[in-house]
Amino acid sequence: MLHIVNKSPYEKSSLASCLSHALKGSAVLLIEDAVYAVTKGNAAEDTVRRALQDLPVYALGPDLEARGLAGAVIDGVKVVDYGGFVDLVAEHRTSQSWL
Amino acid sequence: MKVGLLINEGPYNHQAADTAYQFARAALAKGHHIQRVFFYNDGVNNASKLTAPPQDDRHIVNRWSKLAEENGIDLVVCVAAGLRRGLVEDNLAPGFRISGLGQLVEAGIESDRLVVFGD
Amino acid sequence: MTQVAEAVERETQTRAVVKKFMYVNRKAPYGTIYALEGLEVALISAAFDQDVSLAFLDDGVYQLVKGQQTKGLEVKNFSPTYRALEGYDIEKLYVERESLAARGIREDQLLVPVQVVDAKEMAALMEQQDVIIGF
Repeated sequence: MLHIVNKSPYEKSSLASCLSHALKGSAVLLIEDAVYAVTKGNAAEDTVRRALQDLPVYALGPDLEARGLAGAVIDGVKVVDYGGFVDLVAEHRTSQSWL
Repeated sequence: MKVGLLINEGPYNHQAADTAYQFARAALAKGHHIQRVFFYNDGVNNASKLTAPPQDDRHIVNRWSKLAEENGIDLVVCVAAGLRRGLVEDNLAPGFRISGLGQLVEAGIESDRLVVFGD
Repeated sequence: MTQVAEAVERETQTRAVVKKFMYVNRKAPYGTIYALEGLEVALISAAFDQDVSLAFLDDGVYQLVKGQQTKGLEVKNFSPTYRALEGYDIEKLYVERESLAARGIREDQLLVPVQVVDAKEMAALMEQQDVIIGF
């Protein structure tokens, strides 16, 4: 499954809920305000690094750039554009948006 | 793939409508088929022909109308959610149609993928 | 084929497909409309003979708490609608154990019979679905 999270981990618990339900073989895509979770040095960095041990974590590039964060992404997180977002949706049988 | 989109938030207040639009554009550019875009909750406000945003920023409603016209996309506004929020035939922007929630379920059945954009 | 015959054929083919639909409820009632409008989608899907289940986790478990009394808010109490689900053949209601526990809610405080599952089981149920709609 493709798990899509769109809120900052400081605003909502949706990233945490998502990660406690994402099974091996899934992927996590962070969009909109959720991209704050993958910036180096933020309090969610450990959470993201732990997640990376089990599944791929992606972040939407245009959302990072809009927020001035493009150069500060945690190693291992893959930055994709909207085309990459589309590819991820096609690649996984289902998607779930954690709103 | 045939992909359906569900949009649960109105224009400008949340990024959902923008993200969905960019996703739709990218999907079309890759040769995918958008089976339907369904507007629910405050998402129905994406269909209001009364919006007049500042000229130096994107016009979200017109963008949807144009995308639908150029690509033959089915933009559906939920009748019940629309009534609740004052979105009716009289103020419906071009390219949108009002129909029942069944159209969302049908989109789930007929699409290969359904992606939800919300708050 | 005539246009009418084609439409009927398409409709029949659509109805012949049975997918697993899961409606994911993670938000409390009344503070936002998502609980109510999410429930409306679930009810509509009963007409399509799909394999429907409802998941309640995080604050979504609050939707099922007994004794909701909304007179003071002057808003409609829509909680009786959860009891109507069964009449629509929607019987798979999964409630997450960890979410109940974190909120100090016991199963006997819920207004409908549910299946309480832990997060791992919920994750496995989600993975089995064809369509997941959350609000």
